[in-house]
Amino acid sequence: MSMINLTINGIPCQTPKGTTILQAARGNGIHVPSLCHLKDVHKYGTCRICVVEQVGAKNLQASCMVEAQEGMEIYTHSERVRKARKTLYQLMISDHNKNCLSCLRNQDCELQALGRELAVQDDPYAGDEPYHGLVDVSESITRDTTKCILCRRCVTVCNEIQTVSVLNAQNRGFDTKIAPVTGMKLGDTNCSFCGQCVAVCPTGALSSTVHEDRVWKALESHKHVIVQTAPAVRVAIGECFGLEPGTIQTGRMVAALRQMGFYRVFDTNWAADLTIMEEGTEFLQRFASVLDGGEATLPMITSCSPGWVKFCENHFPEQLDHLSTCKSPHTMMGAVIKHYYAKKLGLKPEDMFVVSVMPCTAKKTEIARAEMMNDGLPNVDAVLTTRELGDMIRAHGINFLNLPEEEFDNPLGQSTGAADIFGTTGGVMEAALRTVYEIITGRELPFPNLHVSPIVGLEEIKEATIKLENVKPEWSNAEGFEVKIAVTSGLRGARKLMEQVEAGTSPYHFIEVMGCPGGCITGGGQPRTFHINETRKARMEAIYREDEGKPLRKSHENPDIKAFYEDCAGEPGGHWSHEYLHTHYTKRGLFNEMTDEHFVVEKD
Amino acid sequence: MSLSLENLTCNCDHGSTDAEKYAMIAQVIDAYKDKEGSLIQVLHAAQEIYGYLPLELQKFIALRMNKPLSEVNGVVSFYSFFSTKERGKHTIHVCMGTACYVRGAQKLVEALEEKLGVSVGEVTPDKKFTLDVARCIGACGLAPAVMVDNDVHRQVQPHGLDAMLKQY
Repeated sequence: MSMINLTINGIPCQTPKGTTILQAARGNGIHVPSLCHLKDVHKYGTCRICVVEQVGAKNLQASCMVEAQEGMEIYTHSERVRKARKTLYQLMISDHNKNCLSCLRNQDCELQALGRELAVQDDPYAGDEPYHGLVDVSESITRDTTKCILCRRCVTVCNEIQTVSVLNAQNRGFDTKIAPVTGMKLGDTNCSFCGQCVAVCPTGALSSTVHEDRVWKALESHKHVIVQTAPAVRVAIGECFGLEPGTIQTGRMVAALRQMGFYRVFDTNWAADLTIMEEGTEFLQRFASVLDGGEATLPMITSCSPGWVKFCENHFPEQLDHLSTCKSPHTMMGAVIKHYYAKKLGLKPEDMFVVSVMPCTAKKTEIARAEMMNDGLPNVDAVLTTRELGDMIRAHGINFLNLPEEEFDNPLGQSTGAADIFGTTGGVMEAALRTVYEIITGRELPFPNLHVSPIVGLEEIKEATIKLENVKPEWSNAEGFEVKIAVTSGLRGARKLMEQVEAGTSPYHFIEVMGCPGGCITGGGQPRTFHINETRKARMEAIYREDEGKPLRKSHENPDIKAFYEDCAGEPGGHWSHEYLHTHYTKRGLFNEMTDEHFVVEKD
Repeated sequence: MSLSLENLTCNCDHGSTDAEKYAMIAQVIDAYKDKEGSLIQVLHAAQEIYGYLPLELQKFIALRMNKPLSEVNGVVSFYSFFSTKERGKHTIHVCMGTACYVRGAQKLVEALEEKLGVSVGEVTPDKKFTLDVARCIGACGLAPAVMVDNDVHRQVQPHGLDAMLKQY
């Protein structure tokens, strides 16, 4: 790597050729304030807060955009720069909603922190219309355009990373809004509700539609309020209390939930093991049918990620037969709690209130879908994001870091390592293969430590071929068959794989899709971070540590799952399963023109 | 890049159907969609052919150009030249530049609103006129000036509006 020399604030500095002035400064330990810039995600120079003075240049330079050159002489905090930054900031807040004390981003707001850093003490440009805009509430995401500073981070993730392209700049000048097509509400559009926009918003303009009140109210009611937590929550919840990303906090999280008054603390991981039994069986049925010359649809594609499912319904409505009919694990768990566990307790399904703690915003919309009901009751009543759980623990006065480690309740709390890895890209596929391969061959999946190495990691699209040899007699027609699998996370990768499926050229038999890049570990409901790639990696490694620490690592070995089939569902893919654990999908179309179902929440 | 409509038989004022107009717009899109930055040109042509750019037409353009609707609508809503509302056969622009304003342009706007029964930005029920205002049209010596389509009417007074409208 060739290096160039420049001076910043009089200090001689070196930086790799091709880096920006901002990278050069930060790489040399010199702080430059910025606002719209987000490492590895967004760099369009929209906000100009990172401007610096370059000796010899007429104008101040946006340091996030300008490449560092040999011999440059840069000042990051000259008087001219400080004045310019302050003016830029004051213009930015001239029409910004300043009800900060009642904003959910209070003291967790990048705009607020910047004002403090720049020592802004007045608001000279405030006009007679201090802020104008609207609040648009969908089941998953709440937009408050009075708090938007037009930084366009959300536009980048929505258009370039997720290729959903529902958010773009509309209108011009003072009327500019980052919005769906003029006049449309998010809940009426092709939004997947992945929440990646929420995760990068520096202010309170984009937030998840919170269910905290729903849960507080239920906890005060006569209902039996049962909570379950997704695999990716336990490796991120610690960040809400100052711990490093990837610190496993399963035991404290369970203890906190118990202190908050939940009747039972169950593990969505149990339902992930259940999902493998159902989805694995479904794949084997489709596979066997195709081997026999039947017409089952392959590739089969996983359906655990509701953001991905809605993306498929909007963008590829004619390909829905490829989706596994399995509900996502937390809705399976909801159905099991209300229609099996309640009976065991001698309670009615309507006596139960199920809360899911998820790394996800799309799951808030998922529970509102007409398909996620049984016997007139929703499978799940509220979805809290990891961030919301952190807020509730704090609001409950619980000193999280002083909690003892506790265990999940039984019988819906025990899980295998296969369930843990549902939280990261490649995990659902690996978990399925650990079971499916063993059913076909009678032997353990032939990879070191049971990890299918080609599909482990954070690349956009990963693939592997599994050759079936020395199969069990009942699978003799699969002998020598090469099963081709693909794994993707993020909707841009999903789009690429689906374009092949649509064109009839997909070489795969089984595909895993997770809607968010990296999978649930960096879902739209996870704690925000300025170091997305590093955080994603740390959380992923924690997920695999959790898996490897479990005595059982294959879903079909979970004794509570076996007991559940004996006691209730009979066999995977059986009648009970089809009624309560499987679902169907809705063609929605690119403009939602194929359905009347909408996800707008009307304010009372 | 310039966009030629010469080989398209545009007769939108003489009763071509929506289907025919859409077919013409499709031809334009297919000729230009692979060229970088052609969206604005296509929108210009589409407005020329269809008269305005309703959301349904924007969806058609988005799909055929393989662009997000939010981007197409972003461009349409950015440029004041584009209209998402149906326009009349003739467009009246009352100049509201400084010279025209001080010589009574506001009175002309009010009088036209009353005569035509519409507000600024709207089209008359018989679809004959769209009433609009313009910033300075550069005809300050003729103030107050009114443009109807491409004709500039000089020193218009409220009592002269009937005669002006009668010409269309």
